[in-house]
Amino acid sequence: MNLVKLTIDNKPVVVENGTTILEAAKSIGVRIPSLCYMKMDDMNFENKPGGCRVCVVEVEGRRNLAPACKTECTEGMVVNTHTVRVINARRTVVELILSDHPAECLTCAKSGECELQDLAQNLGIREIHYTGEQSHYKGDQSPAIIREMDKCIMCRRCETACNEVQTVGVLSAVNRGFESVVAPAFEMDLDHSVCTYCGQCVAVCPTGALTERDYTWKVIEALVDPTKTVVVQTAPAVRAALGESFGMEPGSLVTAKMVSALRKLGFDYVFDTDFAADLTIMEEGTELLDRLNRHLNGDQEVKLPILTSCCPGWVKFFEHQFPEMMDVPSTAKSPQQMFGAIAKSYFAKKLDKKREDLVVVSVMPCLAKKYECTREEFSVNGDPDVNVSITTRELAQLIRNANLDFASLPDDDFDQPMGESTGASVIFGTTGGVIEAAVRTAYELHTGKILEKVDFKELRGMEGSRKATVDFDGLKLNIGIAHGLGNARKLLEEVKAGKSEFHAIEIMACPGGCIGGGGQPYHHGNVDILKKRQRAIYEEDKGKPIRKSHENPFIQELYKEFLGKPMSDLSHELLHTHYFDRKKKAEVE
Amino acid sequence: MAIDYDGLLASGSMMGSGGMIVMDEDDCMVSVAKFYLDFTVEESCGKCTPCRIGNKRLYEMLDKITLGKAEEGDLTRLRNLANVIKDTALCGLGQTSPNPVLSTLDNFPEEYEAHVKESKCPAGQCRALMQYVISPKLCTGCTLCARVCPVDAISGDKKLPHFIDTSVCIKCGACMEKCKFGAISIQ
Repeated sequence: MNLVKLTIDNKPVVVENGTTILEAAKSIGVRIPSLCYMKMDDMNFENKPGGCRVCVVEVEGRRNLAPACKTECTEGMVVNTHTVRVINARRTVVELILSDHPAECLTCAKSGECELQDLAQNLGIREIHYTGEQSHYKGDQSPAIIREMDKCIMCRRCETACNEVQTVGVLSAVNRGFESVVAPAFEMDLDHSVCTYCGQCVAVCPTGALTERDYTWKVIEALVDPTKTVVVQTAPAVRAALGESFGMEPGSLVTAKMVSALRKLGFDYVFDTDFAADLTIMEEGTELLDRLNRHLNGDQEVKLPILTSCCPGWVKFFEHQFPEMMDVPSTAKSPQQMFGAIAKSYFAKKLDKKREDLVVVSVMPCLAKKYECTREEFSVNGDPDVNVSITTRELAQLIRNANLDFASLPDDDFDQPMGESTGASVIFGTTGGVIEAAVRTAYELHTGKILEKVDFKELRGMEGSRKATVDFDGLKLNIGIAHGLGNARKLLEEVKAGKSEFHAIEIMACPGGCIGGGGQPYHHGNVDILKKRQRAIYEEDKGKPIRKSHENPFIQELYKEFLGKPMSDLSHELLHTHYFDRKKKAEVE
Repeated sequence: MAIDYDGLLASGSMMGSGGMIVMDEDDCMVSVAKFYLDFTVEESCGKCTPCRIGNKRLYEMLDKITLGKAEEGDLTRLRNLANVIKDTALCGLGQTSPNPVLSTLDNFPEEYEAHVKESKCPAGQCRALMQYVISPKLCTGCTLCARVCPVDAISGDKKLPHFIDTSVCIKCGACMEKCKFGAISIQ
């Protein structure tokens, strides 16, 4: 390891060769403001185009200023981060960005979370000395993501997320000079592109250029409509992140307060997507065992590995990118859609109401879920199984709108029957969780034995792609796990080439799984936040009295009263789906 | 001044492709700087802020000066912006694009000041700052100028001095070209 010695703001520092000035400065507590730069270890995310020029510093002997995020330290380097020349340049550069940015902070969706706003405040900019023409671009409203590119500052983080992390390849810089902007090819709208709506572009956008499509008003309209019974479901990852929106420590579990808030907001029934996650395990686990047994009995036709299908971003990804493999993923619907289908059949019947009288709202850490519930196959006679999907951030907004003091809300419990869930369903919220939940149930169904140790630590972690072998009483089950679509693509290429060693693969589109979803409170590049959310999820699992999906008494009741058994005809009708070849859809209008 | 790499760099210019343009007092230095900025604005790739937005703003400020709309303090702002772009731009294009502004500011400050403070273009190039005027002493009232004016900005009786209404005049110069008595000039 080669070390280099240098001086930053008169402080000596020794760093490894190859370290940038920005990292070296950080190591000795010198904060250099930056904007386009973002690095997330473990997530394969590194964005440093050196484009914004906010992090410029003075290096003695150098003619011009150096971008700290891109300039590597050299032996004997003398760096000054806070000279008049630097401060003036930094301010001027930020003023230039502001001169081509709509001054709409008061009504901007990103206000309070905007990194440009923070930067301008930290630099104390009170006047923009350089004004002139502003760039204007076509707006784009997809069912999940809104692109308002007048607010784009060309940091290119969305491009890195879309191309390098997710390998979706929708976003790239187009045009040149003052007209340059990040857009899909030919500046087509997202819903004509191969966008998966994973929302990772939104998760990293520093400004309000990329935001979620806000449906909070639709929720309010439903809540005040006396003719509607409004049912809400909350995804597992929401409870591990919602607290952050109210200043709580990342990783705070706020399940009971969230239920309390939802009740105060006026929802008639506060249910849990976790219930549907248990149901997913019943269906997907049974499907896995069915395919596995057929394979073991010598059936050459059966497709293995089975791939999970809970994640709508992932589903749209393989429909666009691997349409020839549509028979490989499980046919089980996602928990959100299973919930909707059961709520509007089984539960509506229990209430003696028509399905149209029910409004199902989902609270998701996800933007792709907004798109998922608009898919035609998930509606009956034009009435969608899930009417509105909002994000964790939108729920926080609704809570603030209602003037609720979140931290001091009393604890409350989900309603029954669709609020009961097991530890297995909670871990759906993190990478590795779905397959661990499936293994807990499949093990018992396959071996007929009681599983004593339910924690499969070998399936947990944050590495982008993991593998583990689980012993099913002599049968070695090879399991693959990928989070982030780039990692998923690699596993999928192996399956396509017939080289996959796996029996089952879990895939989640977002890095970290749903805890890192595009609808979660903004992490601003801090991976520790995701890790803390993950710990919270496993904590909730640990605290649950029942930790295997098939032991959920209300799931057992649902099968007894209504569905019959997993993979029954009714189960197939309500809980399973089919996929579409979308390869040709990505055409220019 | 030595015409070599170092000599040109020292005087705020550069060798470029080795071309040389000769100009005289009829060339407006602000317009020359604007011409070069027009080129760099066009050529900017858009990757870095100073070049993408900064050059555009430099061009707009120069344009404002040539239109006689510049305000007190604009020249200070112009110089600061040019220096910052030079200091912070990512590539050679952005790092050199402010050179025409800085070297004309250094070598011909009086031209900039004339534009800003007196709304005058000493070279008579900035159309917005010029006025066509008929000298009553030299005008014979031949009416030729009034007849060629495409916007009817010139009035006057036959054999008496004529007059240009500057609010109507489009500064096309047709009158001056036609006048046989040298009675029309630019001020």
